[in-house]
Amino acid sequence: MNWRLLKDKIARFSSITLLVLALAVIVAIVAGLVGKSTPLLQAESLVDILSDSVWSPMKGRFGFLSFILGTVWVTLIALIVATPLCVLASIYLVEYASDRLRNMVLPLVNVLAAIPPVLYGVWGVLFVVPLLGNYIAPFLGIDSSGFSVFAGGLVLAVMIFPIMVSIMVEVLSTIPKELKDASLSLGATQWETITKVVLQKAKPGLIAAAVLGISRAFGETVAVLMVCGNIPQIPKSLFDAGYPLPALIANNFGEMMSIPLYDSALMFAALLLFVIIFGFNLLSRIILNRLEEKAA
Amino acid sequence: MTHIQKRLLRERLAKYAMQGSGIIITGSLFFIVGTILYKGLPYLNWQMVSESPKGGFYIGKEGGILNAILGSLYLASLSTALATLIGIPIAIYLDVYAKSGSFLVRTCKLLFDVLFGIPSIVYGAIAFSIMVWLGIRASLLGGVITITLLTIPIVVRTIDELLKTIPIDLKHVTFSLGTTRWETARMMLRYIRPGIFTAILLAFGRAIGDVAGVLLTTGFSDNLPQYLDEPAATLPLAIFFQLSSPIPEVQGRAYASALVLTFIILFIVICTHILASKQKKHKI
Repeated sequence: MNWRLLKDKIARFSSITLLVLALAVIVAIVAGLVGKSTPLLQAESLVDILSDSVWSPMKGRFGFLSFILGTVWVTLIALIVATPLCVLASIYLVEYASDRLRNMVLPLVNVLAAIPPVLYGVWGVLFVVPLLGNYIAPFLGIDSSGFSVFAGGLVLAVMIFPIMVSIMVEVLSTIPKELKDASLSLGATQWETITKVVLQKAKPGLIAAAVLGISRAFGETVAVLMVCGNIPQIPKSLFDAGYPLPALIANNFGEMMSIPLYDSALMFAALLLFVIIFGFNLLSRIILNRLEEKAA
Repeated sequence: MTHIQKRLLRERLAKYAMQGSGIIITGSLFFIVGTILYKGLPYLNWQMVSESPKGGFYIGKEGGILNAILGSLYLASLSTALATLIGIPIAIYLDVYAKSGSFLVRTCKLLFDVLFGIPSIVYGAIAFSIMVWLGIRASLLGGVITITLLTIPIVVRTIDELLKTIPIDLKHVTFSLGTTRWETARMMLRYIRPGIFTAILLAFGRAIGDVAGVLLTTGFSDNLPQYLDEPAATLPLAIFFQLSSPIPEVQGRAYASALVLTFIILFIVICTHILASKQKKHKI
């Protein structure tokens, strides 16, 4: 046998083995999560677990509602803060900014993406929490320590800036120039062209970017855990403390071995996160891939 | 005000709003780094980075965070090396060996994209359960495996993006000269060499900054890490623990540790940037 062909065969075999192994890990993760959370699902019905808000493992009650709502609160706040800012900034970068400015700002946004979550958390504790607790809450006449879903949402908003901006810039730069020229030549101002032509055309891509942002925010653990207060209750206002799902797993894993069903409940929390984020990611990636194929 | 003036006013206001958002987003970076610099710099000294914790370190006495710095560097280097060794062949398979555009390739790429978004706490929880099941205690090895799994999708996707930038003709020309796929793959890897380092650095940055994955799997230790089967301290976790202390001196050390981590990350980012511009220069 030819030596070169043999080498090729070896390379093909080892690379496909690694690929299969990597894919097997995904299957193993899903199987592990499902397997571990079955005891809880057998003990109580899925609807009960998701709609009960009482969390007391000692009495065997595992209600996830307050954690789910905690996660939803911080994610929504982050989304409401970040989306308009990111859309506006990306439009500016694509439609107005000079090449020089764009080449300066985009790398900086990438630096923001490289900053680890724990540093965002430190920043949140040092700046966002005191700002909310000492200035904004008293100003509004609310009593709050600052450790609240609002603080979590603001920190998350900054964390999802980079992923949203980089994808939105990419989406916006695929809009054909002819469309914009046609609108401008009809006498529309640049802003009118943007709102009536560019944004209409870019809508699916922008939504996909926002969904990717959501799923990033959904699973973020440590930064949120540090600023959110971690009280298992249903947050009623911006300044109430909340307890998101990832924080629940991080805080309690490792010390739950003696209580029945406790580990199963925490694995169920992980499964919940996995399924939701997998779904969101899959959806937005499929949208983005379609757009890319169309543009190519 | 006439109609056209109103429209132009709206144009101006919109422009201000856009510039404002841009400034907020870019400014937040400087703001975060600035806050950490301002708070951490007074506490940063040579002892912090050159000694491991002594008795009473966590109530504000002598010592440093060398154990955490080394632990993080070991953990990140090992897992990045493993992820690169596993990730590059996978990317090569998807781009050189498999039929391009086939269902298998598209599904795999989509899967790695999606995996990229799965939060590290999920990986950590799974790895922890497996370790409990196998009876392994929290150790450096557990952390390395978890973080490797976390970084494989990053390596695969970045390398894949790089391989896509290679002109397809180049591939066809080498094939037509009678090379095997493996020889073509080696040529392509040489073509994207600076980019590979970018991918490695990206993975390294993610690995060194991750907390949720190591929180459950790596444990914490005041000793310098020596063996793979012992728990090891990591920098993000050291920051996290010290910050939750009520003693101001220890909190100050958390800020200083955060500053050390910031320096490491900024160093990685600058290297990545230099390599990326090199890659652009060589493009045909």
